[in-house]
Amino acid sequence: PGSRMELYLWPCLIYTHLTASVLHVIKICFWSQSMSLKSYLPKMLHMTYVPEISKKSFPRSPFLEFSQFAGYQLYGDEEVPAGGIITGIGRVSGVECLIIANDATVKGGTYYPITVKKHLRAQEIAMQNNLPCLYLVDSGGANLPRQAEVFPDRDHFGRIFYNQARMSSQRIPQIAVVMGSCTAGGAYVPAMADESIIVGKQGTIFLGGPPLVKAATGEEVSAEDLGGADLHCRKSGVTDHYALDDNHALHLARKVVRSLNYQKKVDVTIEPSEEPLFPADELYGIVGEQLKRNFDVREVIARLVDGSVEMFYAFIVRYMCNFLLFSFPPLGFARIFGYPVGIIGNNGVLFSESAKKGTHFIQLCCQRNIPIVFLQNITGFMVGKDYEAGGIAKDGAKMVTAVACANVPKITVLIGGSYGAGNYGMCGRAYSPRFLFMWPNARISVMGGEQAAMVLATIAKDRKAREGKQLTEEEEKTLKEPIIRRFEEEGSPYYSSARLWDDGIIDPADTRLVLGLSLSAALNAPTQKTEFGVFRM
Amino acid sequence: VRKYSSAKGQRNIEKVLVANRGEIACRVMRTARKMGVKSVAVYSDADRNSIHVAMADEAYFIGPAPSQQSYLSMEKIMQVAKKSAAHAIHPGYGFLSENTEFAELCNKEGIIFIGPPSSAIRDMGIKSTSKAIMSAAGVPVVEGYHGEDQSDNCLEEQARRIGYPVMIKAVRGGGGKGMRIALSEKEFKEQLESARREAKKSFNDDAMLIEKFVDNPRHVEVQVFGDQHGNAVYLFERDCSVQRRHQKIIEEAPGPGIKPEIRRKLGEAAVRAAKAVNYVGAGTVEFIMDSEHNFYFMEMNTRLQVEHPVTEMITGTDLVEWQLKVASGEKIPLAQEEISLNGHAFEARIYAEDPNNNFMPGAGPLLHLSTPPSDSCTRIETGVRQGDEVSIYYDPMIAKLVVWAEDRQAALRKLRYCLRQYNIVGLSTNVDFLLDLSGHPEFEAGNVHTNFIPQHYDELFPPKEAISEVALCQAALGLILREKIVTDTFRMQSGDKFSPFASSSGRRINIPYIRNLTLLDGENKVNMTVTYNRDGSYDMQIQNKSFHVSGDLSSDGDLDCIRCSVNGVVHKSKVVILGDALHLFSPEGSEQIGLPVPKYLSGVGSVGDQGGAVAPMTGTIEKVFVKAGDKVQVGDPLMVMIAMKMEHTIRAPKAGIIKKVHYQEGSQANRHAPLVELVEEDSASE
Repeated sequence: PGSRMELYLWPCLIYTHLTASVLHVIKICFWSQSMSLKSYLPKMLHMTYVPEISKKSFPRSPFLEFSQFAGYQLYGDEEVPAGGIITGIGRVSGVECLIIANDATVKGGTYYPITVKKHLRAQEIAMQNNLPCLYLVDSGGANLPRQAEVFPDRDHFGRIFYNQARMSSQRIPQIAVVMGSCTAGGAYVPAMADESIIVGKQGTIFLGGPPLVKAATGEEVSAEDLGGADLHCRKSGVTDHYALDDNHALHLARKVVRSLNYQKKVDVTIEPSEEPLFPADELYGIVGEQLKRNFDVREVIARLVDGSVEMFYAFIVRYMCNFLLFSFPPLGFARIFGYPVGIIGNNGVLFSESAKKGTHFIQLCCQRNIPIVFLQNITGFMVGKDYEAGGIAKDGAKMVTAVACANVPKITVLIGGSYGAGNYGMCGRAYSPRFLFMWPNARISVMGGEQAAMVLATIAKDRKAREGKQLTEEEEKTLKEPIIRRFEEEGSPYYSSARLWDDGIIDPADTRLVLGLSLSAALNAPTQKTEFGVFRM
Repeated sequence: VRKYSSAKGQRNIEKVLVANRGEIACRVMRTARKMGVKSVAVYSDADRNSIHVAMADEAYFIGPAPSQQSYLSMEKIMQVAKKSAAHAIHPGYGFLSENTEFAELCNKEGIIFIGPPSSAIRDMGIKSTSKAIMSAAGVPVVEGYHGEDQSDNCLEEQARRIGYPVMIKAVRGGGGKGMRIALSEKEFKEQLESARREAKKSFNDDAMLIEKFVDNPRHVEVQVFGDQHGNAVYLFERDCSVQRRHQKIIEEAPGPGIKPEIRRKLGEAAVRAAKAVNYVGAGTVEFIMDSEHNFYFMEMNTRLQVEHPVTEMITGTDLVEWQLKVASGEKIPLAQEEISLNGHAFEARIYAEDPNNNFMPGAGPLLHLSTPPSDSCTRIETGVRQGDEVSIYYDPMIAKLVVWAEDRQAALRKLRYCLRQYNIVGLSTNVDFLLDLSGHPEFEAGNVHTNFIPQHYDELFPPKEAISEVALCQAALGLILREKIVTDTFRMQSGDKFSPFASSSGRRINIPYIRNLTLLDGENKVNMTVTYNRDGSYDMQIQNKSFHVSGDLSSDGDLDCIRCSVNGVVHKSKVVILGDALHLFSPEGSEQIGLPVPKYLSGVGSVGDQGGAVAPMTGTIEKVFVKAGDKVQVGDPLMVMIAMKMEHTIRAPKAGIIKKVHYQEGSQANRHAPLVELVEEDSASE
């Protein structure tokens, strides 16, 4: 139906629908496009293969942007759109690069806790996937009022430079483009970079800005004299290239990337890519709004993978007959944009058989060096006397062990519910998938809100019963309602994404593209051999 | 042993040397090939890779690019003729085609000169003689002075006698060279000097004749043909009235609005003229015609003319074939009664020139060249192909487009249709001007005369309009689709061919990709925002207007054809992206849209105020009128430059004092080179 289509067509619309904060949504759209007012990123992403082309026409690479909803409703009235920083992967001069750009239009580009988290997550992605890093710096450093949440801990501000150094040592190029101010901590980004570019009469780098200098020593000096491009290119040697303007700086950055002599060595077989047999738009209809109404994940897979689904079914079809009764997780091999993938999906509950089959399949993927895509729509492992007796805990543990140890690229998409230990077995955030995305209809929590309320209500009832009293229906309702509401709120993808529990909310119809981009990025790193831990048999 | 003659007194031509270049050389060789006659080409340094060399059965190098040392060198050509054992020489037009000495030399060496006897060339080449002969033969002539006395005073007096306006023409002139019009006594001297200078340069003879200047006349010429047996026929008239710089630009046959009665009279007069000089071969008798259709003999051109194809089209003949036959002693293939007129033909000359800059001839590379397809009714007569260069050493004509249809209206329609498909990038051409010209209502009505272009100047040179938004959308789409091809090419070369990153879709997560695009309409920046839609279409915004654009591009070599839907209307056009410009060729016309070069790539060499006069093209400084310290007014002549075989007067762009003269007489100046340094009086005194 049309209304539902519209609902999913545009995550922002859902956003509006859920929060009624239209203004905010519109802002997010602008922010995310952002590179914002200075429009850094679109220019950065101009791919330049040959010098002639670089002069005027730049083929436009897709840009896999992460965590657009970072910081959403996180700081009360203080809005930090997209966390004040844009991160993502795009091709620059034919090389897939991780780009981190401060958005100086948001709080002067200062680092909120979520900004730090987003920056570190982007660096983690670069490290895991062997992606050269481009830092487009325009930042005032740590956000002073929140310095306690930004400065002291391991995964705080200092980790940025630690990562830069470690990555450099691992031959992951670090390139900084100073487009605005790099004050205090920010100054270390270009200073720690392998190669850095600064925009004349615009970029500045200093540990202490003119106000701090005045306060500390009484010396009065202009920002340009203290840390301008001229000084750093001629005298200090903090930067290597002098750019005339932003565009020139980005042009130089492309040249630097071209000079990296970087070669992507894909260690999987590649086949020509085909469009799926069924259009992606149909996903809106298949998924629907009602979480409780189950859908068959195979309908989703048929709209994600290359060409025909026959290829996918080939592996599982003979097991399907036997295990259909057990809600066997649909799994099998397919290709996405020509890359081989093993796909593991769910249709709700996981049983022992499902977990064992899943474990076997993960082993197979690791053996064959095939990336794994997890499509989570899981209510959890089956509970009950018979199942516990059947050892569902140890079977679940086998799958969790396999997922945790698998070193092939893992990419997770939450396409429905993600509850309890199902989240672990299906490679939740804690299992370090290379990328994790959520659909707008997804829900994530330790269990469903109603179940949680029921559990709590039962405990309350039992307590009352011990006291010889009874819980009235009215009391039960007032007890359950806030819990349900809280689970509903905290299980929302927007709540999750705001806190960076994922790498972004994506339009279901974009899933194939996002998976393709993620796979392409992941294959920049050579796959490590997998060694599994002890499986409890 | 060369066969001089057959039993019937005929001389067989087995091999012909074509002493020319470009399209006419190709034209002659085509017929030679058809007749089984071997062809020999000659070429200069500039023509090593020209089509005419490739087309010929044999080709011989004859020297450096300047024609004096190559195509005009009689000895060299004669050497080649002997070495290659050619039986005949076809001189084409221009170069040696009307050179008496050369015709005589051929005669002496026993090689057939494909043209009239040298006596006819001489008689017709000297205007005064030709008029006298024609007058005697009963052909009407225009009043004028063709005397021996060449003193300034005498010429001026004669001009006064004939009455202004008068035409000053080089006695041995042709093709508009050495020809000037003096509208009043005041400018007579200056024009005379200029005409003499050009004549001296071009023909090494500065004898002048003075003629009555007929206002708004038509230029009508009759194709005649004579043979060695005393026969002569006419192949009807051509109208070549529309001219610029006294050179023809568009020709048609038959002449519009000419009644059969007049046509017959014209033809018979022309045949009388030919017979009066025992004419052999192809010739053209030029008349000027006034508004009452009275006609007067002007001159006779003793060669195959540039515009001969229009006559061929309406008579179904091959005049080069006739030339070869007649030269070998045969009779004219058809008798007068057998020659019939059928339909209407146009010829448009496509030149490398800038109509907006007084038709300044140009030169340069033909970076892109695509032509309409040729068929039995459409002829593309050309000697160049894509990648060739229009050389500064020779005539800047790129091609002749010849079309035929049942009647004038149909032929004109076809001409315009074909002109739109004649797309050239790399240098300025007159194609758009030809389109404007052939689409002018007065031209369509057949109201043509030699003053047509100045008379309709305002309509023919409308002020430049802003490029339409639809054209901008097409250009933007062309640019985007071209990028896609570049990306795809790169993609297919990489080891990671199917990565979605290797596309130019510009896809973003959850937000459309909006691209800011700046195009240049002349000097004006046009800012567009292009939104990449998921379905592969684009929303383009120019100022406050939105356009929904989609389409595809098909590439054929380096020719891109785009099919572009703008708000549901489908347009088809060609897109050529070269250098810093995008050229869009559509049925609505052609547009050049600039692609701005980023500041950091454009370098520092911008052309500022020169503070002086610059050379309009590469050429030789012929005369310098000023020296350092001279005070000049706007428009004062500073120098005379000879380039592209034409004389150009360089005038002061502003009033001031000459600070420095950069070039001496006889030196070579490159295009856009500052010729003098000119300072305004105030700043000079500072």
